[in-house]
Amino acid sequence: MVGELTWRKRLFGLWLPLGAFCVIALFPFTWMAATSLKTNAELYDPKANPLTIRHPSLVHYVSLLQETNFLTWVANTMMVAVVATGISLLLGTMLAYPLARMRFRGAPLLAIAVAVTYLVPQTLLFVPMADLIGRLKLGNTLSAVMLTYPTLLVPFIAWLLMGYFKTVPKELEEQALIDGASRWRAMTRVILPLCMPGFISAGIFAFTLAQNEFLYALLFLSRSDVRTVPIGVVGELIRGDAFYWGQLMAGALLGSVPVALIYSFFVKYYVAGLTAGAVKG
Amino acid sequence: MSTNPAVGTSGAAALGARAYRSVGVGQRLREFVEREWVFSWLILTPPLLFLLCFLGYPFFYGVYLSFFRREVAGSPTYVGFGNFITLASDPIFWQSVGNTIKFTAAATVLKATGGLGMALVMNQNFRMKAITRALLLLPFIVPTVLSTVAWQWIYDPGLGLFNRLLVESGLMTKGVSWLGNPTMAMVSIIIVNTWRGLPFFGISILAGLQTIPVELHESATIDGASTWGRFRYVTLPSLLPVIFIVTTFSIILTFFDFQLVYVLTGGGPANTTHLMATYAYSLSVGVGQMGLGSAVALSMVPVLGLLLVLLTFYVRKD
Repeated sequence: MVGELTWRKRLFGLWLPLGAFCVIALFPFTWMAATSLKTNAELYDPKANPLTIRHPSLVHYVSLLQETNFLTWVANTMMVAVVATGISLLLGTMLAYPLARMRFRGAPLLAIAVAVTYLVPQTLLFVPMADLIGRLKLGNTLSAVMLTYPTLLVPFIAWLLMGYFKTVPKELEEQALIDGASRWRAMTRVILPLCMPGFISAGIFAFTLAQNEFLYALLFLSRSDVRTVPIGVVGELIRGDAFYWGQLMAGALLGSVPVALIYSFFVKYYVAGLTAGAVKG
Repeated sequence: MSTNPAVGTSGAAALGARAYRSVGVGQRLREFVEREWVFSWLILTPPLLFLLCFLGYPFFYGVYLSFFRREVAGSPTYVGFGNFITLASDPIFWQSVGNTIKFTAAATVLKATGGLGMALVMNQNFRMKAITRALLLLPFIVPTVLSTVAWQWIYDPGLGLFNRLLVESGLMTKGVSWLGNPTMAMVSIIIVNTWRGLPFFGISILAGLQTIPVELHESATIDGASTWGRFRYVTLPSLLPVIFIVTTFSIILTFFDFQLVYVLTGGGPANTTHLMATYAYSLSVGVGQMGLGSAVALSMVPVLGLLLVLLTFYVRKD
């Protein structure tokens, strides 16, 4: 009796809802993959079962790589994401370290200002930002997004790192200073190396955000050879005619793979970064 | 030498100028730099300057722009609050305000309840939990535009997954016009936003659940609390801080959402899915009315301000 009861509880309390959540989360990806592997003849045949693949084919991937600048977009996206993340980690650390570990006038106010800038959405800034980039003559260069992405990433990174920096005991730094180290040396040789998990969390999070960015890239990059994956896919793979879904899904899937791959290696750190604000706050 | 590179240049200049007194000056300079506030501001200055140039300046420049009328060609003319007055009598603006509120409210409620459900389900012991958690977060990781393009194909009226399934299973004779009909288009964008944001709620609330001490549940059970009673009086109150913060974040992100609607409907049909962000974009980029576009964007500031005040009060309370 008891065994049957827990079995039923397990089924309705765990396996069925869990299965539903998984199906909902993943079916768009399987649909993406299935579409990208079908030939156009099968894809647009109203009698074919949409859920099965009769004649798997890589024809859409081949045309994607041969006929479009897709690989250039992937390279651009990677470069932009790496540079923007690097700049943001550097500036974010410089911002977070004094705010988390030093006492000086104005520090609490500055910490609040950082939190506020973190929540200022780019929707508010894109009109003047486009004007600014135009006047700096940076339109259609990757520098335009490499410079503007850190404005979205630095406040977030600083906020996340402040949490990590605060966890290192003050005594470690004091000891280093007594031993004759400068503040700079205490920071770079003693405190920062202890915060590696924080840097990985912040870096991974910033990297996925940079890969995801759309609005600034849409505004600043209109030439095909400087585009990133999201705007390349939306701007060039969506065409007027009806027969593009296979190639489009191949592009969407291939474009997602690098992010998903890097994410899968660092899931633990990603989740730590994601939940740090919510749980600690 | 372990001098601070941030002051390297000024230090070197000082040393060069008064080489005969270099020890004294260098020593004094080093002592000055070692003061807590001096060191702090030396490190803080570069990132603050960067944020001031690329965040502060555009923001105030946007405020300035909103007082001018500027067509594509032609010089800007000062119109005072003219742009805001134009907006006040613009039915599409008010429609986009209404849409933004509907969209944000519906999607946030769905994400919060669904996320709580996901967290409660995930907070049990089962095999391959780590992998399941990673898979469930995928919608949140994958670049939004790419998954939205997949949704566009799922919603396709003729050959999309939903209509194929509805028609072939015999539930309907004719498919639904997911993106072509005003009500359904709004429902469709809410579905996609919920799909993408739900894991963020789920995983954050799960992290919150894991911080609730087991003893609390044990003592409640000993006191005779039912499953519902334990949820209502132990779990939910402990989760409120997490739910509050995640919800506020999510409201901000949803309220200012742009890419989902831009890709899926472009604001159509007949402006019924235009959000304030997409309307600001279509005014400033599509029509070239920068001042009017800035005014739409700035109209969202009061909402942001209100949320930030709420959040600050809440954080201060602890």
